[in-house]
This record gives sequence, structure tokens and C-alpha cells, in this order.
Amino acid sequence: MSPPARACRVTPDAIDPRELLESSVTPSDGAALLFWGVVRNEHGGRAVQSLEYEAYAEMAERKMQQIADEARERFGTGAIRIVHRVGLLAVGEASVGIAVAAPHRGEAYEASRYVIEELKRRVPVWKREGYVDGERHWVPGYTPTVEKGD
Amino acid sequence: MVVRSLFFASFRDLAGTGELAVELPAGARVADLVAHLRRPGSPLASIPERPAVAVNLEYAPLGTALADGDVVAFIPPVAGG
Repeated sequence: MSPPARACRVTPDAIDPRELLESSVTPSDGAALLFWGVVRNEHGGRAVQSLEYEAYAEMAERKMQQIADEARERFGTGAIRIVHRVGLLAVGEASVGIAVAAPHRGEAYEASRYVIEELKRRVPVWKREGYVDGERHWVPGYTPTVEKGD
Repeated sequence: MVVRSLFFASFRDLAGTGELAVELPAGARVADLVAHLRRPGSPLASIPERPAVAVNLEYAPLGTALADGDVVAFIPPVAGG
């Protein structure tokens, strides 16, 4: 048996949805959800061919773990695992997978939504879109709020 | 003191590098490093006056005091997910 993967990580490798989901479940859980974020074929009306993700991996993993811990505490879920992909992704490939296990479905849905929204606001990940006409540019995003004690 | 400055995404494109060692006077704060990088003629002159910055892996206000060996990451608007 290989040791269990870190709960929150950045990886250049394709995300395995089944492993991510099933590994989050323990005997006290009654439900598990997988959020699967995938590369779409258009943005703002332009045809997208590929998406290149970059991360400040060490900080991104730390922020994802903080968000998972917040969600577990706030909604009372079981395990939460977050995997974010980096590198060049094709349309249809998953950029992020979030598994949430919980005793009941309600808190799993709430926690899953919380994790993806917070991830988009403060995890240091960037993406550059490549269009079918060969142009590419960094996608505008959220400016993280910097608070005292954050 | 010397701090490691890290640049990502659009900021790295501007800097032409992902990392710079910057020498600062003792007592310098993040805002002093930002001002140094934004000086006229610098490749990073066009970064925002108040960029999001992380010191040693945590977001930090511009008034944060720096120490020798600190890692200061310049975080352009994030777009994960």
C-alpha cells in the first residue's frame, strides 16, 4: 500500500476522480460529493483551444488546506480533499477536483460550494488561455483580500 | 538585508524572471520593496501600487516589516478553479 496522498495538493498529473472521491469516505459518512472543474471550449465568446495553469504550489497547497479546514469546521463535514492541476490542459480535462464527505448530504453540498468559491478568491493559481487563432493571455481574476492576521 | 522576491503569471512576464534577490535597508517594509520594484525604468514599474503580496506563504499587508531571508511573493489577481 502506498501512503495516503496529501489531502490538498497541486499536481501536474491528471486527476483521478474515483480515487479522490472514494478516498475521502469513512464509515461515519453517509454522502460524498465530487466537484469536477473542467476546461470549457469558449471564454467571452472566443474559442479556447487550451488552458495553461500556473501555481505558487507551496502557498496554494497551504491555502487549500486552510479552506478545507474552515469548511470542515463551519459545516461539520468529514474529510475534504482538493487537487488542483497545473500545466497545459486541453478542453474537457479537469483543472480542479474537490471531494467532500459528510454524515449527511446537506452539509456536503454547502461545504463543496464554499470550497470552490474560496479557492477562486484566494488560492494563488493563474491561468492563461490559448485561443484557436494562436493568441494567448492571462485570465483576469480576483485580487485576494489581504487582512491583518490573514 | 536581502529578501527573495517571487513573481508569477503576468508579473513574471513583466519581470522577465520568476525570482529576484533584492537588497533593502534594515527596517524595510513590504511597501519599500514595492516602491523599489516600481521605480521609474524598472521592468516592474507598471505593477499596481498596492499589489497583493505574501510574505513567507501568507498574505501580508504592505506595512509588514521584512527580515533578512524573507520570501516575498507578488500575487497578481488569482484565477484558479
